[in-house]
Amino acid sequence: MEGAWEIAFVLFQVWLSIVVGLIVLPAMFGVSLGFTDIYIKVLVKTLEVKAFLLCLVSFQIHNVLSGIIEKDDDFTMCDAFYFCKKGIENIVEDQVTQRFTSEELASWNLLTRTNNNFRYISVRLTIIWGLGVFIRYCILLPLRITLAVIGLSWLVIGTTLVGLLPSSNAKNWLSDLVHITCYRICARGLSATIRYHNKENRPKKGGICVANHTSPIDIVILANDGCYAMVGQVHGGLMGVIQRSMVRSCPHVWFERSEMKDRHAVAKRLKDHIADKTKLPILIFPEGTCINNTSVMMFKKGSFEIGGTIYPVAIKYDPQFGDAFWNSAKNNMVSYLLRMMTSWAIVCNMWYLPPMTRQDGEDAVQFANRVKSAIAHQGGLVDLSWDGGLKREKVKESFKEEQQKMYSSMIVGLDCHEASEGPV
Amino acid sequence: MGSRASSLLREEDIEEIKKETGFSHSQITRLYSRFHSLDKGENGALSREDFQRIPELAINPLGDRIINAFFPEGEDQANFRGFMRTLAHFRPVEDNEKNKDLTSGEPLNSRTNKLLFAFRLYDLDRDDKISRDELLQVLRMMVGVNISDEQLGSIADRTIQEADTNGDMCISFSEFIKVLEKVDVEQKMSIRFLH
Repeated sequence: MEGAWEIAFVLFQVWLSIVVGLIVLPAMFGVSLGFTDIYIKVLVKTLEVKAFLLCLVSFQIHNVLSGIIEKDDDFTMCDAFYFCKKGIENIVEDQVTQRFTSEELASWNLLTRTNNNFRYISVRLTIIWGLGVFIRYCILLPLRITLAVIGLSWLVIGTTLVGLLPSSNAKNWLSDLVHITCYRICARGLSATIRYHNKENRPKKGGICVANHTSPIDIVILANDGCYAMVGQVHGGLMGVIQRSMVRSCPHVWFERSEMKDRHAVAKRLKDHIADKTKLPILIFPEGTCINNTSVMMFKKGSFEIGGTIYPVAIKYDPQFGDAFWNSAKNNMVSYLLRMMTSWAIVCNMWYLPPMTRQDGEDAVQFANRVKSAIAHQGGLVDLSWDGGLKREKVKESFKEEQQKMYSSMIVGLDCHEASEGPV
Repeated sequence: MGSRASSLLREEDIEEIKKETGFSHSQITRLYSRFHSLDKGENGALSREDFQRIPELAINPLGDRIINAFFPEGEDQANFRGFMRTLAHFRPVEDNEKNKDLTSGEPLNSRTNKLLFAFRLYDLDRDDKISRDELLQVLRMMVGVNISDEQLGSIADRTIQEADTNGDMCISFSEFIKVLEKVDVEQKMSIRFLH
C-alpha cells in the first residue's frame, strides 16, 4: 500500500513539473512553444474544416408589415392572410428563440453533444469518435483542470500578495502582471487560440470596453491581451473569494444585489471610476445575457449614458472546435466548464474597433445601436434589435401596439388625423 | 446532454405523417426538432404558452387566433401530429403533387383548404358564417386602439355588403371563396419549408 502511494506521489510530481515547465511558465511570459498550434493544425485536418465566408446580414425584424407592397388603402378580407403567413413562418422558425440555443453545425465535429441531425455514422467515424473521447476525457481534461486550478490559485494568492503593497506604480505594474499571467494560464487551460485584430485600438484607461457576450469565457479571452476593471454582482462561494482578492490589487466594480436595482447609484459608481484616469478601463457586456454568437442583440443603454469613450470589441468563436455558448437554462456553471474542457479547443477571433463617443443630437439608445451595428458588422453577426432579456421574459405589449398602429394607418390611408384621434 | 429529438420519433409515425401531410422525411424530422425545442415542459405536446414564447408571434396582432388554429376544439395541448397537420395547410402547392393519390379527399394544402383555414380565423364559433361581430373582432385585433368604433363599423359593413350575396348579413364560406377568387391564395397562404 505504502509503495503504491509513493509511486502515485512521484508520478504526480513529475506530472506537475511537466505542466508547470512546459505550459504554465511559457504562458505566463506570453511565449508559445507551439504545442497548441500543432494541435489545432491536426484538428483542422481531421475535421476537414472549410473556411466559411461569414455573410454580413442585417435584419430589421420589428417591422412585420414591411412585406406588404401591393397594399391598397382599404381593408380586404385577405389582409388577415399576411399576418397569418408571418405567424406561421415564425412558428416554424423565428429570429429570437434560436439565439438562445447552440448554433447548428454544417458538418459534425465528432462531439456527441453536437450530433443532432447527422444520423448515419459509419464504423470508421465511430472509431475516430471513440479515439476522440479518449483523448478529450483522459488526456486533455486532467491537463486542463490542473491548469485551471493553478491559474485560479495563482490569481487569488498573487492578488492578495500584491494587495499588501502600498499604492505605487510598482503595485499597479505587478497587479497587471498577476492578472495577465493568470488569464494566460486559464486560456491554456481551455486550449484557447485567440487571434487579435487591430491591436492599435486597444482600450485605454478611463474608457469603457464593450463586447458581445457569449459566455463567461469572454472575460478570459479579453483579459489575455489587456487589463480591465471588471463589473459585476458580488457572489458568494468560490467566485466571491476570487472577487475579493482581485479587488485588493486593483479597483474593480462589484455591486451588491440591492445596489444593482438603483440605476443612478450604478451609473454614479461607473462614472467615478472612468473619471479617474489611473484606473483600468471598465469591461461591460451591454447585452446583459449570453447569446449564442450568431447575432448581437439589443444593447442596454445604461453603459452608454455614462459618457466617456467607448471601445467596442467584436468576439467571434469558431463553433467547429467547441461551442462556447453558455446556455444557462440547460447547464450550470460547473457542467458548462466541464463541457468547455472536454471540447477540442476554443478558437476565436477578436477585433478591436476604433473608439466611439456619443455625438451631438444622438441619444443613448441611438448611440448604443450604432456601436452594436459596428460590432455586428465586424464579427459577421446578425444585428438584431430584440432584447436578450426575452430569453426569460415576455415581450412588451407596446411592440404589438406598434404593429396595430402601422396597419391602421395603411388601411385608413391619407386620413391620418382621424386615425390617430380615434377613441375606442 | 444534446437533444436527440429525432430519435424520439418513430419511423412508422414519420411515414404516417408523410402520407397525411405530404411533407418529406427530412422536413418532418426538422419540424420535430422545432416542436421539441418549443416544448419547454418536455411532455410531448405544446401549450398556448409555448407558442406565446416566440416573441415575433406574441407581437403579431392575430397571434392568438393563429395559435388557436393548432388546438382542436376544447383542447389545451397540441401534439406533434396536430402540429404537422396544421402546418401542412401552408405547404406550397406544387405542380407535381406527390400525394395526388390521397384517397382521403383533397390534400391539406389545396386552395380550398387554405381558404378554409383563413375562414376559420374569422369564424370563431364555427357556425360556418362570419357574422358582423366576428368580423369586427378580427378588425379590432388588427388595428388596436387606432380606429374609432364608428369607422371600424363602417369598414365591416362595407366588407359584408360586398361579399354577401344571399342577404343574411353574414359571410358564408362559399361567399368568402367567391369574393377572394381573384386573390393569389396559393402564394399568400404558403411558406417555404427547408428540405
